[in-house]
Amino acid sequence: MKTFESYGVGIPGVDLSELSGWLVVIEGTDGVGRTTHINRLRLQLERMGYAVAETGLTRSDLASRGIRRAKQGNTLGSNAFNLFYATDFADRLEHQIIPALRAGFVMLTDRYVYSLIARAIVRGADREWIKQVFSFSLKPDAVFYMRIDTPELVHRVLRNGGFDYWESGMDLPMGEDLYDSFIEYQRRVIHELDALASEYQFQTLNASRDEEENAEELAVRVSTLLETDRGTRGAPAIE
Amino acid sequence: MNSPAYGARANYYPGLLFIVEGIDGSGKSTQLTLLSQWLRGEGYPVVFSEWNSSPIVKTTTSRGKRKRLLTPLTFSLIHATDFSDRVEREIIPSLKGGAIVLADRYVYTAFARDVIRGVDPGWVRSLYRFAVAPTLAFYFRVPLEVALKRILSSRPKLKWYEAGMDLGLNADPNESYRRFQSKILSEYDRLVEEYNLYVVDATRPVEAQQTLLREAIRPYLPQLERNLRVYENV
Repeated sequence: MKTFESYGVGIPGVDLSELSGWLVVIEGTDGVGRTTHINRLRLQLERMGYAVAETGLTRSDLASRGIRRAKQGNTLGSNAFNLFYATDFADRLEHQIIPALRAGFVMLTDRYVYSLIARAIVRGADREWIKQVFSFSLKPDAVFYMRIDTPELVHRVLRNGGFDYWESGMDLPMGEDLYDSFIEYQRRVIHELDALASEYQFQTLNASRDEEENAEELAVRVSTLLETDRGTRGAPAIE
Repeated sequence: MNSPAYGARANYYPGLLFIVEGIDGSGKSTQLTLLSQWLRGEGYPVVFSEWNSSPIVKTTTSRGKRKRLLTPLTFSLIHATDFSDRVEREIIPSLKGGAIVLADRYVYTAFARDVIRGVDPGWVRSLYRFAVAPTLAFYFRVPLEVALKRILSSRPKLKWYEAGMDLGLNADPNESYRRFQSKILSEYDRLVEEYNLYVVDATRPVEAQQTLLREAIRPYLPQLERNLRVYENV
């Protein structure tokens, strides 16, 4: 039976051997349909009898308000932002992800440390340093990377309400206006995510494809993963 | 995943950075205030930076403390976030401008407290890699009983994390505080060796300590204006 491990250092006061359940991550930039896929996966897994929980960036009890406030005025140093996100992640890891895994849930995670590492590197953080900061994080059972190229991403983002200040890297900024900065910022984020994808063995899906095809592929891959060790991990199945 | 730890980033700016460390009741803040008054009187630009004071991050830290949401890991990360904001927005710009920056507590406070809470020593040293190494770091060494008398005689109620109640050392806040401070003292002793901190005997009279501080930093002062001229011409 597989046990969870972290990328480096342990988490003070947490015994990883107590954890069962599955940690499944969907990674990707904005506009690739992560939320839709997570909702569909959740329904499907619940129908199969699994207990499912979910989390995503900046949803921590501790730091989500602070991060929102800091974003409003752009009044926080860039590296401090990286660490604020790390605080938010650590709080969710300890208060959402670990309790769910301990109870044998399937934890669906809308972006994980990889997005945070990528955005930090694009903002000038040292690659090895930021990876070391996040080395307390758990290795997921699977990371699905919804990959898209920038031109297609622009279409999607415009259809979904337009450019966001932070998702366009306007705090840097990387161009004269939102459009220019968005293109350059997302190009670099995708470049970093691609590098992380090979380093951490993501399963890459082409997000420009038909949504149905991706949903089906995700459903097959996740259920195969879960079914292979059903009975040895997770909460007792509801037959 | 081995990246350089704290200490790798030297102060190559024109300004000077002096910091004080020590347990509560060691008298370090009093000494730093006296030092800043003297330096201002001598005409030097002085900037003060206090532990846990970034306007944005502080609110989250207080909330985490009040609601007891903080674990050893998030306690460590939120303080690093606060410190990082001050390094970027307060300490480095002031050093660039040629100021004397005085910091009440520095990375060593985090190294001592976080490690006692069970955080990996190597990890926390790497976490603070962005911090500039100080020109001089003073450590105010004081026996536990002396510091406890100063603190416990004047303070009505110790706060949860301040007393180290999250460590489960003792159900009584005063006794927990005592044991927590004693552990911090031993960590500091290790840090004095590791980082070559300048030890001040904090049981000596206030004036004697202050004289020692001034003598220690005086040799650095003539560099200030020269540094600034060189820096501005680069």
